Amino acid sequence: MSLRLRNVSAVFKREFVSYFTTPVAYVFLIVFLALAGALTFYIGNFFDRNQADLDAFFTFHPWLYLFLIPAISMRLWAEERKSGTVEFLLTMPVTLWDAVLGKFLAAWIFAGVALVLTFPIWLTVNYLGEPDNGAVLAGYIGSFLMAGAYLAIGSCLSAATKNQVIAFVLAAAICFLFTLGGTNIVLGFAASILPQSLVDLVASFSFLNHFDQIKKGVIDLRDLIFFLSVMGVFLYATTLVLELKKGQ
Amino acid sequence: MIEVQSLTKDFGPIRAVDHVTFTVSKGEVLGFLGPNGAGKSTTMKMITGFLAPTSGAAKVCGHDVESDPIAAKRRLGYLPEGAPLYVDMTPAAFLRFVAGIRGFKGAEQKRRIDRAVQMAQLETVYNQPIDTLSKGFKRRVGLAQALLHDPEVLVLDEPTDGLDPNQKHDVREIIREMAPEKTIIISTHILEEVDAICTRAIIIAAGKVVADGTPKDLEARSRTHQAVTLKMRAVPAAAQQMLVALPGVEAIETVPGGLRVLPKPGEVIYSTVEGFVRDKAWPVDDIIFARGHLEDVFREITRPGERRPATAAAAEGARA
Repeated sequence: MSLRLRNVSAVFKREFVSYFTTPVAYVFLIVFLALAGALTFYIGNFFDRNQADLDAFFTFHPWLYLFLIPAISMRLWAEERKSGTVEFLLTMPVTLWDAVLGKFLAAWIFAGVALVLTFPIWLTVNYLGEPDNGAVLAGYIGSFLMAGAYLAIGSCLSAATKNQVIAFVLAAAICFLFTLGGTNIVLGFAASILPQSLVDLVASFSFLNHFDQIKKGVIDLRDLIFFLSVMGVFLYATTLVLELKKGQ
Repeated sequence: MIEVQSLTKDFGPIRAVDHVTFTVSKGEVLGFLGPNGAGKSTTMKMITGFLAPTSGAAKVCGHDVESDPIAAKRRLGYLPEGAPLYVDMTPAAFLRFVAGIRGFKGAEQKRRIDRAVQMAQLETVYNQPIDTLSKGFKRRVGLAQALLHDPEVLVLDEPTDGLDPNQKHDVREIIREMAPEKTIIISTHILEEVDAICTRAIIIAAGKVVADGTPKDLEARSRTHQAVTLKMRAVPAAAQQMLVALPGVEAIETVPGGLRVLPKPGEVIYSTVEGFVRDKAWPVDDIIFARGHLEDVFREITRPGERRPATAAAAEGARA
């Protein structure tokens, strides 16, 4: 097990540091923070709501992640396959799982760093009023879990192609489906052609519904398990896709 | 020690590697030859555990690459084709990463990295991004990575491809120095390299092993092995008929600036031909003795359709 840990952490460290050796990380962080702020204050009407909570902030996270998370995940495997370093990495004494997990964790922690850097908004809301900081924490945890689920989907699609642009577009499209599954557009349409049980199933796969529950301040075990299983399934799928595609 | 048993790889309907079997022992440097697309790299990718074989097995120091991959990979240093590297890292950071993943820490890690850097002569570029390095240095970073853990087995896919003559020489020196302690496979299509460093060569064509022996054995299979070339400005009349009648001579060929006398397999005809020419007092400028060219063998074996049969050449000679 310690060997496992050593391998995963070696892969993790290299990947995480690599974000910061190019401007990519800084561009991403700035864009993320600017958009998160702009959406909260201008579209979310943070001040007009006159409530000391971060609902206006968290509401936009699924939509923000929809195109920003694929921007992180697109390079995970596509770049390794394009440059051929995947051959080097996978002939090191590590398992496919170690490599997939290490790289995923690096991307996830990076997304976590972006999330933590939004702390001024938490300071603001605490300065203006007395928010339920438990609910705020739950919102952050929920947002972090959701980011992980989006990243796992992105990881899988990044493994499927050598082209980062294709990886980005595919990941955004699949993430869009998972997000939209909870909106009235999809559910209304589904209800008109599917039996109620299937409509519920579609709704149950929606990131929006699960995230809404958590950001209300209720961390339900079911929502936790949902996001963790999405990550598990898509990371497993990543190993399968890699196994299939790595030689090409 | 590397044992390859009936290794086969299909890509869809295409059979890239077809029942390849060989064993390489400690101290051997095996040159893996073949035209592009013959299956050299695919075979190496299976030995190093990157690709799973369709059937057959490869063992590294007794560990099956498929069922016990971690143990096999730990004993193996691999330089993939083109030496892919994380180009945004420096050699320092890259080698630390490799050392970490290979389980070396602290003073041990430093010692290992220092040794690899010294062997590959990377001191001057140690802290430059790999991106900015010349092709020769990139290749050496790849080599340092493969040597870092002092592996028992080295698999090097075209280690000198694209390097200038000095760099080629350096890489060969590194390989030659390590050779007695290790089991080494290198793939190449530069045949002089086989002469320079390999103790044994395997020629692979269309996924199959078509020749296996020491470079000398293979040279001996050349049509021009032990051939004698007579440089003459004017070829005397009937010279060809006279020469072909000599004992041990198989055929005569006309080459630019003279005649080439080909021996029957296993015959040494130099002194016979030389004596005959002296007796006749032919105006010969130079007598050249050929050891046989690997290149000829390579072409004859890998593209058998183009082979010019010796008998046809003899007939030609008789007619002239």
